Amino acid sequence: MFRLVAHRLLTSIPLILVVTFLTFFLNSLAPGDLARTLMQGGGTEEQYQQLRVEMSLDQPVLMQYWRWLSHALTGDLGVSFFTGERVSTLLNGRVGVTLTLMVGVLVVCVVAGLTLGIASALRGGFVGRAIDVLSMMGLIFPSFWVALVFIAIFAVWLGWFPATGYTPFRDNPWAWFIGMVLPVMSVALHSITNVAKQTRDSMIDVMGRDFIRALRAAGLSETSVVMKHALRNAALPVVTVLGTIMVAAIGGAVFVERVFVLPGLGSLAVQAADQSDIALLQGATLYFTLLTVAINLGVDLSYGWLNPKMRLT
Amino acid sequence: MSDILLDIAPSAPVAEPSSFGKRLLRKPLALISMLWLGAVVIGASFASKLAPYDPLDQDLLGVKQYPSAAHWLGTDALGSDIFSRLLYGAWPTITGVAQAVIVAGVLGIGLGVTSGYFGGRFDRWTSQVVDLVLSLPTIVVLLSVLAVFHHDVLAAMVTVGLIGSAGMIRVVRSVTMGVRGELYIEAARISGLTDTSIMIRHVLPRILGPVLVQLSLFAAVTVLIETGISFLGLGVPPPDPSWGGMIADAAVNINDFPWLLVPSGGAAALTILAFGLLGDSARDAAAEGWARPSVAPRRAAAPLATTMPLDFDVAALLSLRGLTLTATGAPRPIVNNFSLDLKPGETLGIVGESGSGKTMTILSLIGLLPRGMHVEVGVMRLAGEIIDLRDESALREQRGHTIGMIFQEPMSALDPCFTVEHHIAEVLHRFEKLSRSQAHARVIELLAQVKIPHPEDVAKKYPHQISGGMAQRVAIARALAPKPKVLLADEPTTALDVTVQSEILELLRSLSLSRGMAVILVTHDWGVVADICDRAAVLYRGDLLECADVVELFHDPKHPYTQALLKSNPHSAPVGAPLPTIQETLARMSGGAA
Repeated sequence: MFRLVAHRLLTSIPLILVVTFLTFFLNSLAPGDLARTLMQGGGTEEQYQQLRVEMSLDQPVLMQYWRWLSHALTGDLGVSFFTGERVSTLLNGRVGVTLTLMVGVLVVCVVAGLTLGIASALRGGFVGRAIDVLSMMGLIFPSFWVALVFIAIFAVWLGWFPATGYTPFRDNPWAWFIGMVLPVMSVALHSITNVAKQTRDSMIDVMGRDFIRALRAAGLSETSVVMKHALRNAALPVVTVLGTIMVAAIGGAVFVERVFVLPGLGSLAVQAADQSDIALLQGATLYFTLLTVAINLGVDLSYGWLNPKMRLT
Repeated sequence: MSDILLDIAPSAPVAEPSSFGKRLLRKPLALISMLWLGAVVIGASFASKLAPYDPLDQDLLGVKQYPSAAHWLGTDALGSDIFSRLLYGAWPTITGVAQAVIVAGVLGIGLGVTSGYFGGRFDRWTSQVVDLVLSLPTIVVLLSVLAVFHHDVLAAMVTVGLIGSAGMIRVVRSVTMGVRGELYIEAARISGLTDTSIMIRHVLPRILGPVLVQLSLFAAVTVLIETGISFLGLGVPPPDPSWGGMIADAAVNINDFPWLLVPSGGAAALTILAFGLLGDSARDAAAEGWARPSVAPRRAAAPLATTMPLDFDVAALLSLRGLTLTATGAPRPIVNNFSLDLKPGETLGIVGESGSGKTMTILSLIGLLPRGMHVEVGVMRLAGEIIDLRDESALREQRGHTIGMIFQEPMSALDPCFTVEHHIAEVLHRFEKLSRSQAHARVIELLAQVKIPHPEDVAKKYPHQISGGMAQRVAIARALAPKPKVLLADEPTTALDVTVQSEILELLRSLSLSRGMAVILVTHDWGVVADICDRAAVLYRGDLLECADVVELFHDPKHPYTQALLKSNPHSAPVGAPLPTIQETLARMSGGAA
């Protein structure tokens, strides 16, 4: 297990390096340079040159990257070009909202996805067709569009939930919860059916295995055979799917935070991209990549927990 | 002569082999999808001629109108004609999809075929890069690209194509590797064709199907991404029309004019759906190339016998009458009118060739027939209770504490996720109220009873950590836990080493004697029958031929088949001579009789 975790962490290093280097590399490809963009045509040539030196744009790309990386390792991600605030402060203030959103998506996917999946594995028929239709809808409608439809129906028309905005948990737990319902559902909608489909397939597969017959022969109740033994054995591929869903939910967060005006990492990253605030975007990229690594690590750890064979090697 | 010819003529018309393209075009969904996509492309290309209004024309007196004859899809918040904006807005989407698909397609096919065909170091390097790219968070990379290349949809879509090519490479590579191994590729190489021409002429046509599937599904995703970045305001700069931008407009006006969501989202969703359906149809069309039509006629349920003489042996622990099993689609019953009586403490062997129905017989006693197998008729009297074998819930009631079972493959009879102790304790808790420590003591006691050395250690182990013989002992301990009166054993030693076999049989025998537990043992091994059975029943193609005391059966078999089966016992064959088989023994005997 220890080796598994160590391996995952080691193989994550190239991923983090590639993603974070990308921005520097792209910058070097860009036609104009950033200093020019930031000055928006104003300022003297001297000021421009000075800004270039400040931003180390006069140095080779690899040197620029090395400077950023060595600072990043000490926790210093630089300052935002626009607000002048420390990037790490800005990001840390935002990460909680995104994490809340993702944990919400995970909970909804696990609860609803497993329920639907097990129901359709055991009963088939109607539930199965409903899942197929739902997953088709989830596939063809963009998440941000679904989010808008949710707002139109549940916030504007029915008035059950607020349309936009975020209330911190500390201020008002109930308002916090109610405010997260629509964002979480918008991101989770099509993922639920992914989990349900995978659960159905692997449940059907496991239910056909010999030990299920042997457990029944031993006189165990059907509930225990299905909910304990079959589900536990069917869980591995479901966890894999949950991992990809969580990584995809990062993308979903970028859109949905924008729609619901949530102060998360996603909306901050979009704003940074829009304003070419490279230092801020670079920091956000790092956070997103670390999130991806953490998700994959979580998946690995659950493998070990679910499968005793992996735990020991 | 003509009769014979008629006979060998195919009874059903065989589908003519047709090309992938033809099969695809024959699918209505594929056709409809292509029509929609064609309409979008034409609409986008000739927007300036087809659109009734200029997309940027504003009419502040006619804002937020619902569909009418003048404005087919209504007007937006600035009074612009929505239909015209949709037509113009299709252009960035269509070109964006084309850019991404071309990049992904060219790179994916080129690198995928090359690395799948040649393998080696190039393949390893490609695979590593592919793995890395596949783990990139797409949207994060896109944000970086758009931060540097402001509103540059081309740069964004090329990036999407680059990231998407990784998935393409993986698919194309694995298909190519499959094709490469086939004989005709080898033949082409021997006949002197160059690698390049083999790849183009022989490999490419074969991978066309999967590539088309992947590309259309990828196209569906790119529509999502293109509308997404324009929705975020990072793609097509407003007020230029784009589908994503129109959804963003709808977001602003959601409180008083939600209709704006419908045309923009609908156009995007229909386009995504069309690509998705095209991909699905392509997959089906590719699959039809090798699939045969499956025919599974379902046999009509036979009328159930309503009256049956119930002449149970009251002295018996288990008395079975008239068991008849059928399989869906099978012409004759799997087991036909089988009856038996089993006294307490008795061990009965059921002997027969593979497929004679012996395993199905005992599975029906515990209500665990596989899907497609049915009890047509069958009643048993078990420990004083009369049970209709068609009633699965009545059988479920008896499982475990009245009638238990062990199986042929001990390893696959245990759930790999739980420890030995858990397997047994779980059954104990099901039938008795026990504390945790009481249950533990019972588990250890049971493990000791099945002669497992160091039961405390073994209890903690997982199934993959113990041997097959050990696993069978654990399975026996689990079956014994609720103290069943009858134990069914389905070839419990076939999968084990010879030395372990006799130990397990001895264990079963001694448990049966010490607990007064009756055992039904299914086997094809006469040695096993001679070792531990009191009586044996001989089953041949579902018919019970003979059921007699073992000593009597061995010395004076009544039925010719039993005689033949006994003669084909490999243990009594002379050393060095070919082993006798049941077919040749039967043939010799029937020849001798004639």
